[in-house]
Amino acid sequence: MAIIKTLALTKNYGKIEAVRSIDLNIEKGEIFGLLGPNGAGKTTTIGMLCTIVRPTSGSASIAGCDVIKEPARVRRKVGIVFQDPTLDTVLTGRENLELHARLYGIPAAIRGKRIMEMLELVDLQNRSNDLARTYSGGMRRRLELARGLLHRPAVLFLDEPTLGLDPQTRARIWEYIKKMAQTEGTTVVLTTHYMEEAQQVCGRVGIIDHGRIIELNSPDALKESMGGDMVVIKVKEPKLEEIRALPYVSEVRENDGLVEIIMKQSHLHLPDLLAHIRNVESVEIRIPTLNDVFIKLTGRDIREDSVEDSGSWVDTVARYRQRGS
Amino acid sequence: MGEKRIRRELMGVYAVWWREFKVFQREKSRIVSSIVQPLMWLFLFGSGVGASVSVSNINYQDYIYPGILAMMVLFGSVFFGLYIVWDRKLDVLKAILVAPVSRLSIFMGKVLGGCTDVTLQIVILFCFAFLFPSVNPWGIPQALLLLFITSIALVSMGLALGSLFESLEGFQLISSFLIFPLFFLSGALFPVDDKLPGWLTGLVKLNPLTYTVDGVRGALLHVNIFPFYVDLIVVTFFAAVMFVLGSILFSRMK
Ligand SMILES: Nc1ncnc2c1ncn2[C@@H]1O[C@H](COP(=O)(O)OP(=O)(O)OP(=O)(O)O)[C@@H](O)[C@H]1O
Ligand SMILES: [Mg+2]
Repeated sequence: MAIIKTLALTKNYGKIEAVRSIDLNIEKGEIFGLLGPNGAGKTTTIGMLCTIVRPTSGSASIAGCDVIKEPARVRRKVGIVFQDPTLDTVLTGRENLELHARLYGIPAAIRGKRIMEMLELVDLQNRSNDLARTYSGGMRRRLELARGLLHRPAVLFLDEPTLGLDPQTRARIWEYIKKMAQTEGTTVVLTTHYMEEAQQVCGRVGIIDHGRIIELNSPDALKESMGGDMVVIKVKEPKLEEIRALPYVSEVRENDGLVEIIMKQSHLHLPDLLAHIRNVESVEIRIPTLNDVFIKLTGRDIREDSVEDSGSWVDTVARYRQRGS
Repeated sequence: MGEKRIRRELMGVYAVWWREFKVFQREKSRIVSSIVQPLMWLFLFGSGVGASVSVSNINYQDYIYPGILAMMVLFGSVFFGLYIVWDRKLDVLKAILVAPVSRLSIFMGKVLGGCTDVTLQIVILFCFAFLFPSVNPWGIPQALLLLFITSIALVSMGLALGSLFESLEGFQLISSFLIFPLFFLSGALFPVDDKLPGWLTGLVKLNPLTYTVDGVRGALLHVNIFPFYVDLIVVTFFAAVMFVLGSILFSRMK
């Protein structure tokens, strides 16, 4: 049975159609990724699912509770890590967790133990009595994760959990998320626009663009739908027709003097391919990424629309810091 | 509403109050300045004006002591409430608002948190009461009660305004057009008698803070215009209205 169900879920902000009629079924225990460019409607979708944004139309339920009719019950079942930092930086790490333990009605008898467990899970037990203000960006994010999981939610929403973190910290955060999903059996819905990350952790991804889910499948199946790996060859006077006729080649095109060939199982067929095309000056193999899938579906790069965000993490860190200070 | 639900909501109220109290304990410099400031009013302003003025045979410093207490409650409470504009800007409130606790409980926790801050500051100022010879220490509990209720009203008012504003730009406006008039028109610094021009007397009597000042002055100095129960009723009514208004605006806040 699906733990998250949405039916024609829609949100308009005035004339802006932020989310347009989304139908989703997410199974218990799944790690589901929502992938899309800036402004695609990811945060709005999550907002509706955790009852802080009121849908314009359509419906959604979490573990059988309707988000519009029974918001209080839904709230008890979900945990969320917001896109923007929401830690109380005047409190210590432990106090942040204590505050939320009380807000979620965790009985005093098990509160201390539970907080300890969560601090250990995210490796913050040594810093738990320092003010959150003194934490690094990665530590703050980890504390937010711990806070989101404190009340054992059935569903954990993570809105860009690794935004603004350096690659090393990002990798660690994903490890935590996988570990938590396993130990707690939590269903995780996350958004990101780092394609590689979605690829590594998610069982399924929904690609969202202009408020619509335009594709939904496992990362592997999505990559499969690209028709194989891309081999880019530099060669004088390419014979495109001849290449296209090869049985394992699914697509060939010329681009900027380079020949882009999409082919199945490049590791097996590459020698044969190169034998057919002589005078090859250089070869490059690119395993398709979800970004390629996105380009194929929309004709745009996932980061093309970003105005304020160049996609470089230096910029993103700057943005994050600015908001957090 | 089941008993379990009520317990949960009360725990939520307590959680928010607890957070505010922790923050209060950490902001030592704010506590110090909130104590030093009124003492400066009393000793610098009070002795300056007091050199040539006394009211109802009471020396001027002693006369304005109740007014300065009311001033502390006014500034401390309203600014405490307005502070949620800042909390919202930093998204600190967002995580609290998504918890399974009603907005009303969160609002109550905030109001109680603010009242606790302000009341503790007042208690500290009462420790200096012995410096003002005309002050009757037995009136302190009565005065404290009235100041506490006033602080409920004013924290609620601050939260109500804070729920309406999205940015800190409104602060200056609120100070100039609300807080200062409330203070100057409360009789904190001058007696409300027939020497005042009529328009001023009218405005002063419309100001709920006047009744706080009057009640506290009656309790501490036995100088008053209205009987204590009138002051208490007016101030309690003001608090009830502000609490309801504040909780409605806070619940609607995006
Ligand atoms: N409170 C709001 N008022 C008006 N418009 C809004 C509001 N929140 C979101 N929008 C609009 O809805 C659309 C979707 O926004 P949303 O925040 O859901 O995108 P997103 O996919 O999370 O983007 P990002 O990757 O930048 O976080 C955008 O066009 C945005 O401008
Ligand atoms: Mg977003």
